[in-house]
Amino acid sequence: MSILKILVVDDEPGIRSGVTRILRNFRVDYPFMEEPIEFEVMEAPTGEAGITIIETNIPDILLLDNKLPGIQGIEVLEYIKKKKKDIIVVMITSYASLELAVKATSDGAYDFIPKPFTPQELKSSIENITKRVFLKKMTNKLQDAGKKIRFTFLSILSHELKAPLNAIEGYLKMTKERQLGPNLEDYDGIIDRSLDRIRGMRNLILDLLDLTRVESGKAKRNMADVDLLKVARTAIDTMRPYAIQREVDIELQGVAPLILQADEEEIEIIFNNLVSNAIKYNKEGGTVACNIHKNEGCMIIQVEDSGIGMSQNDIEKIFDDFVRIKNEDTKNISGSGLGLSIVKKLVDNYSGKIEVTSAPGQGSIFKVIIPINQPCL
Amino acid sequence: MKPENITILIVDDDQDYLFQLQAKVRQFGFNTITADGQREAERLIEKVKPDLAIVDLMMEKEDSGFILCYKIKKKYPDVPIIIATGVAAETGIAFDIHDESNRQWIKADRFLEKGIRSELLKEEIFKLLSLTTKE
Ligand SMILES: Nc1ncnc2c1ncn2[C@@H]1O[C@H](COP(=O)(O)OP(=O)(O)OP(=O)(O)O)[C@@H](O)[C@H]1O
Ligand SMILES: [Mg+2]
Repeated sequence: MSILKILVVDDEPGIRSGVTRILRNFRVDYPFMEEPIEFEVMEAPTGEAGITIIETNIPDILLLDNKLPGIQGIEVLEYIKKKKKDIIVVMITSYASLELAVKATSDGAYDFIPKPFTPQELKSSIENITKRVFLKKMTNKLQDAGKKIRFTFLSILSHELKAPLNAIEGYLKMTKERQLGPNLEDYDGIIDRSLDRIRGMRNLILDLLDLTRVESGKAKRNMADVDLLKVARTAIDTMRPYAIQREVDIELQGVAPLILQADEEEIEIIFNNLVSNAIKYNKEGGTVACNIHKNEGCMIIQVEDSGIGMSQNDIEKIFDDFVRIKNEDTKNISGSGLGLSIVKKLVDNYSGKIEVTSAPGQGSIFKVIIPINQPCL
Repeated sequence: MKPENITILIVDDDQDYLFQLQAKVRQFGFNTITADGQREAERLIEKVKPDLAIVDLMMEKEDSGFILCYKIKKKYPDVPIIIATGVAAETGIAFDIHDESNRQWIKADRFLEKGIRSELLKEEIFKLLSLTTKE
């Protein structure tokens, strides 16, 4: 990572050789790095020649003139975008075409350098980009490493079980050593925290039981006509005290009969998780609307909330084991991150699917779609 | 320098671990400031320069600790950093600080197990701050 490759695409030989000369002995030093970064400059007089180089010897940074004899700089940019090449593009433009440069920036160019530029301008621009490239490589590297430790189920599980144990143990030691002084009341806070962690651990264990159920036992499945409204009502009633505590209002809509061939316990698990999430990730005074109906041979179970919502990026992750979204809104909410992964596995068993519509702060809609006449394996 | 003139930044997203570690470090005689994640820590270091930082590895993301470490070192190259991690024990895969390729980008001064004994932790902190344990 000590050499970055730069490609200059410009039809003016003076610009190309100038860049090469200026960057030949240029180094970027970085407190975080053991060694400074140096540059290797490649040159191309046309967009076409540039693309050929990109195909064979991909640069980290591309300095791109827009006005070229053949294809234009913008087209090279589009090519890079289309092929999803990992290159940072800087447009070199004369002041006259600044407007174009701004457009280029919105098309994926990282920056632009106005022409003519002084050596210092070029250097400081390259320095900024280098830092960015470095950060990006570092994050990629971390992600690669992350994949390796992204983690077997058991290793996360032991981590998740150990964290509350450590916390509780720490609090017990503090109590034993009377670290907060002789007054019993002063320990109320840490006792409450310990109880919280125990509760979290119990929930995790309950989730695990659900999960083993899903994964171990098709043989044990007990298929029968299940009244979805009844199951939903039970789930809501069980959760009612929690909802009242959080000042969340729940309603259930659906016109009987809504009958599905299924294992009742599994349907309960689905409802419990969706409804508990809808309450848990809600706002004070919020609402949860549970709606069940039939549509085109499918049973649709929809749970809509007025809660904290989540980003598109989050939606893609939440069905994985142990995934919890960490941000300001979720900071004080505990959970194991298994709920939705269990729901997903169950719904898969019914050849169904789950759709999520959500945006941060805008509430969420979880929609479970299960075919009614699908022979269930 | 005496411990009472030294400020240690502790960053962890497990509020209980944060609380307990803070209590320990205070017992050693240091001042503490705390942050419950990478983002808050970044805000804090804009305003305060700690004398040492203890950073959890997995916070908002699994690499939050590294990124934070990087940012602290960039702003304050002389501040020693301890990364506290539970990862090694659970996964058997450590981010080995002695591995040459890792050293290039991980700039922590120490990696410590989260469950480490108080005395050991104290010793490491004193060592990094070049203090003697015997006052
Ligand atoms: N209705 C919702 N609104 C906003 N975020 C949600 C909602 N449902 C789930 N999430 C997000 O998805 C994550 C994963 O949910 P999941 O139910 O799998 O785990 P959990 O609720 O954290 O733990 P548990 O296993 O105890 O249910 C949650 O941590 C939360 O961030
Ligand atoms: Mg949940």
